[in-house]
Amino acid sequence: MPETSNALTELGVAAIREGVAKGSFSAVEVAEAFNANVAAAQQALNAFIVPTPEKALEAAKVVDADRAAGKPLGKMAGVPIGMKDLFATRGVQTTAASHILEGFTPEYESTVSQKLWDAGAGMLGKLNLDQFAMGSSNETSYFGNVISPWRRNDGGNAALAPGGSSGGSSAAVSARLCPAATGTDTGGSIRQPAAFTGIAGIKPTYGRCSRWGIVAFASSLDQAGPMARDVRDCAIMLGAMAGFDPKDATSLDMPVPDWEAALSADLKGKKVGIPREYRMDGMDEDVAKSWEQGIAWLKDAGAEVVDISLPHTKYALPTYYIIAPAEASSNLARYDGVRYGLRDMPSGGNLQDMYAATRAAGFGAEVKRRIMIGTYVLSAGYYDAYYTQAQKVRTMISRDFTDAFTRCDVILAPTAPSAAFALGEKSADPLEMYLNDVFSVPASLAGLPAMSVPAGLGLEGLPLGLQIIGRPFDEQGVLNAGLAIEQRAQFTAKPERWW
Amino acid sequence: MSVDTATVAKIAALARIKVTEAELEAMVPELNGILAWVEQLGEVDVTGVEPMTAVIPNHLRLREDVIDADPLTGGGIRDRVLANAPAAEHGFFGVPKVIE
Repeated sequence: MPETSNALTELGVAAIREGVAKGSFSAVEVAEAFNANVAAAQQALNAFIVPTPEKALEAAKVVDADRAAGKPLGKMAGVPIGMKDLFATRGVQTTAASHILEGFTPEYESTVSQKLWDAGAGMLGKLNLDQFAMGSSNETSYFGNVISPWRRNDGGNAALAPGGSSGGSSAAVSARLCPAATGTDTGGSIRQPAAFTGIAGIKPTYGRCSRWGIVAFASSLDQAGPMARDVRDCAIMLGAMAGFDPKDATSLDMPVPDWEAALSADLKGKKVGIPREYRMDGMDEDVAKSWEQGIAWLKDAGAEVVDISLPHTKYALPTYYIIAPAEASSNLARYDGVRYGLRDMPSGGNLQDMYAATRAAGFGAEVKRRIMIGTYVLSAGYYDAYYTQAQKVRTMISRDFTDAFTRCDVILAPTAPSAAFALGEKSADPLEMYLNDVFSVPASLAGLPAMSVPAGLGLEGLPLGLQIIGRPFDEQGVLNAGLAIEQRAQFTAKPERWW
Repeated sequence: MSVDTATVAKIAALARIKVTEAELEAMVPELNGILAWVEQLGEVDVTGVEPMTAVIPNHLRLREDVIDADPLTGGGIRDRVLANAPAAEHGFFGVPKVIE
C-alpha cells in the first residue's frame, strides 16, 4: 500500500473535509485508502456485514466533480463512513445482524443516512452489531462476533469485545477502517463500545435524530449518534445527522445548533456534578483512578466540581430490563414471515405454525430471551406489577437528574465499570452482561445527551472512557466538557496492527 | 414471582416462538434469574408518581389531511411494499390457508 494511503486513513472527519476542499487530495483517493483498509481487516475483525466499496467511490466521485465545478460542498463532503446495519439503506441489505432479516433490501433510505449522504458522505459498508442491537459485546450477531482491534498488554492474544451493540462501528473507527461511523444507543450502545476502543461517541437528546428507517428495538430509548476519533468530528457528524423529521412522531421540532462552531474547552463558570451513587463497590481500580483524573482535568479547565446525588441509580438497570424488553417484544412482533425477511413453513402447518417456526428460526437466543421477558411483563395480571411500576420508577430516575441539574451543568462519570472484557467472558450469564450497562442506562432512561471520550489506558493497556451527561438539548455543554477532557488526556494510543 | 415450565411455554406461545422441550427447560432458570433481579423495583415507594409516557416533553402532531402529502409514506407503491415479501402473489402478501 502506498504511504500516502496510510496517511489518509489516519485522518479524521474535519481533516478529510478540509483536505478535500483545499485540493490537498481527492475524495476518491480517501475512499480508495479506506476501502483498502476495510478489505484488509474483514477476515480478522469481521467489523462489516457487507462492505460497499463501490458506494464509497461513487459518492467520492460526486464530491470531486462538485469541487471541480466550483459547487458548494456539504458538511461531510468527501468523508467515507461506516453505517451500522440497523439503518435502512435503499438497495443495500439491512439485517440488524439477524437471520430473520437476512436478504432484506429496503426500498427506502433512513432519514439519518439520507442526511449524511446529502452532506457529502459516502458509505464504506454496513457495520456488524449485536442482533437487533441487543447486547454489550457484539457476541449476539448472526453474522459472527466482531473482534476488537485492541489486545491486552500481557502478551496474550485473547480476542476482546469491541463493546456493543455498536461493536462493528467502534472496531472499525479504532482500527482506521473508517474515520467515523453511525451508532445507535438504547442503553449505552454508542458510549460503551466507544469507551472499550478508545474513541469518542455521543448519544444526543432523545428526539434529536430521526428514528425513521432505523430498525426499532425500544422506541422510547433508541437514539442515533456519531462515533468518531475526537470530539470535533462527533460535533460535525451529529450536526449532519440531527434535525426535525415529520416522519418520526417523537422527533424534536427545534433548530439544530452549530455545535462545531460553538466548541469551547473553557469551562469557567460551569459546574460539574459527581454523582455519589456511581461510586460502587467493586469498581475497577483503574476506572476509579481515571474518574479522579477526569475531575482534576475539568477543574483545570475552570469548572467547579460539586457533589450530587442521583438516589434511584441502583434501580435504573432493573427498570431498563423491564421497559426495553417490553418495547422490544412489541416492536419485534412485526417479524412474522409475511411481509419481509425469513419465512419458515413447516409442511402441513397453518398460519400460526408458520409464525412460530419463522420466529424460532430467525431470532437468536438473546433476542428470544428479551421478547419472552417483554411478553411476560406486559401480559395480563403482571402488567401493573412490572411494566407500570417500572415506568413510575423511570419517572423518579428522570426527576433525580432534573434535581441534580439545578446544582450543576453537566455530570461526569465513568462510561463503563471496566475496560473491554474478553469474548466469552460474560456471555454465559445474561445478568452479568446486563450489569456492564450500569453507568450508561440512567441517562438513556431520562433521554439525556451523553457522550464518552477516551481518558487513557487502564492496567491492561486497554482504553478507558469518561462519560459526560448533560441537560436535555444541551449537547453543546456535553461536547465542550468532552473537549476539555480530550485536550488534557492527549489520548493518542491506537491498536497495533496485527490483522 | 417465579415462572414454571408451563408458564414459560405459555409465554412462548403468546410470543409466537416455537420452543423445544430442551429450550424450555433451559429458559426457566434464566427467566427466573432475571425476574428475581427486577423484583427489587417493588421496594420503591411510588405513591403519587405518574408512570412516564414521554421522556422529553413533546407535542403530538397531526399531518395534513391530504392524500400522499408525503409521497414517501403515501400510497401508490404496492410493488415496492411487496418487494421483500417471501411469497407475494397477484399483488398480495401470500400466507398459508387460514380458513378450514
